[in-house]
Amino acid sequence: MNLVQEILAHYNHWITIFLMVAGLYVVVARGNMVKKLVGLSIFQTSVYLLYLSPGKILGGTPPIIGEGYSGYANPLPHVLILTAIVVGVATLSLGLALVVRINEAYGTIEEDEIFETEEQFQPGEDE
Amino acid sequence: MVLLTLMAAVVIGIVRVRNLFSVVVLGGIYSFLMATVMLVLDAVDVAMTEAAVGAGVSTVLMLSVLYLTKTEEHVPQHTPIVPLFVAIVTGAVLVYGTIDKPAFGIADTPMHNHVGARYLEQSIPETGVPNVVTSVLASYRGFDTLGETTVIFTAGIGVLLLMKRRSRKVDRSSDEEQG
Amino acid sequence: MRLDVIIRVSIKVLLPFILMFGLYVQFHGDYGPGGGFQAGVVAAATVILYAIIFGLAPTKRIIPPLMVEIMIPLGVLIFAGVGVVGLLVGESYLNYSVLAHDQIHGQEWGIFLVEAGVFVTVAGTMVAIFYAFTGRGRS
Repeated sequence: MNLVQEILAHYNHWITIFLMVAGLYVVVARGNMVKKLVGLSIFQTSVYLLYLSPGKILGGTPPIIGEGYSGYANPLPHVLILTAIVVGVATLSLGLALVVRINEAYGTIEEDEIFETEEQFQPGEDE
Repeated sequence: MVLLTLMAAVVIGIVRVRNLFSVVVLGGIYSFLMATVMLVLDAVDVAMTEAAVGAGVSTVLMLSVLYLTKTEEHVPQHTPIVPLFVAIVTGAVLVYGTIDKPAFGIADTPMHNHVGARYLEQSIPETGVPNVVTSVLASYRGFDTLGETTVIFTAGIGVLLLMKRRSRKVDRSSDEEQG
Repeated sequence: MRLDVIIRVSIKVLLPFILMFGLYVQFHGDYGPGGGFQAGVVAAATVILYAIIFGLAPTKRIIPPLMVEIMIPLGVLIFAGVGVVGLLVGESYLNYSVLAHDQIHGQEWGIFLVEAGVFVTVAGTMVAIFYAFTGRGRS
């Protein structure tokens, strides 16, 4: 019984950590640029979860003040994450733009092939 | 709880699948699940943003990039032992760190007693805005939001610089992408 | 383009409501969930949806790229300008209490203007990014 309660109390943290680690793994292990960006955004959303889940109070309501309610969720992480999401999509699109330009320059979005092309053209040192 | 497990399953799918189109669609599903979880966590503003941004706009952008590039991922040559090891060790350390964290949904944790409680109490008398998220975002932490807006502005300018169709200055375009 | 008549008609019915919802989120953000960020993204999603269904050229006729590119810095300028007003009156930067006769109304005006600035920048940036990605042909 105690063990079950312990697991339930920390389940959200563990899922957060799992998502974070999965994102990290995708970023490090996969050579494809688009896949890397997806992994990066998974990493990012896990951080959103990390911020938001301690702010929740069981039996509480969203932080919109109204009569007859008490026990609001903490508004501060909401604000931080709200801006982080929009900034996240802006930076994601910047990364995607870089991927498109890399694809135009190298004809591929795989890391290994880009390195090969780099080595072939090493003396020329252009692009 | 079910949602969280479902989200983990979708992430496993994202890691395994090699077709990038499926990856992007799974990413959209993941974002919607994330938005639902945020709704459960009482973060309505954030859930709305995540549903619109994560599942809507970024999926569209990803798909347009896939149209411009390729939709298949290659099989990696070297086996991913080292990244797997790094990931597992990081995960283990983080799980060890959570043992001492307060349990989920408790009201008297430190974070609920500091500035968050003050915002909740003072928002109506000081700003007259019932939605505390809006008042904190725009008023108490206006500098923060100004910075975020500037970041978005910068990212937008960067994308435009990178992606703008080169119409007349063909030879100078390589200079532009350096900057 | 013949087979998707259902999509075209239903999108034509839906689009005003989506845009309306975006504006509701913008102006009702003080009382319910919402604000400049969400409203900007919803408005941008309206434009993107229209572009997906009806093509890029008609969309660019309605919302020209130049206007979108002006919107990006305009929002930041609105935001920063609201702060400068406070500075000119002799208060600290981004202090909205001086914008009206008393503190509550000043705060309300300040939040409204700041959210408007955020809306303009976010909507402009999203649409501009979408135009940039889709306007570029397959190489």
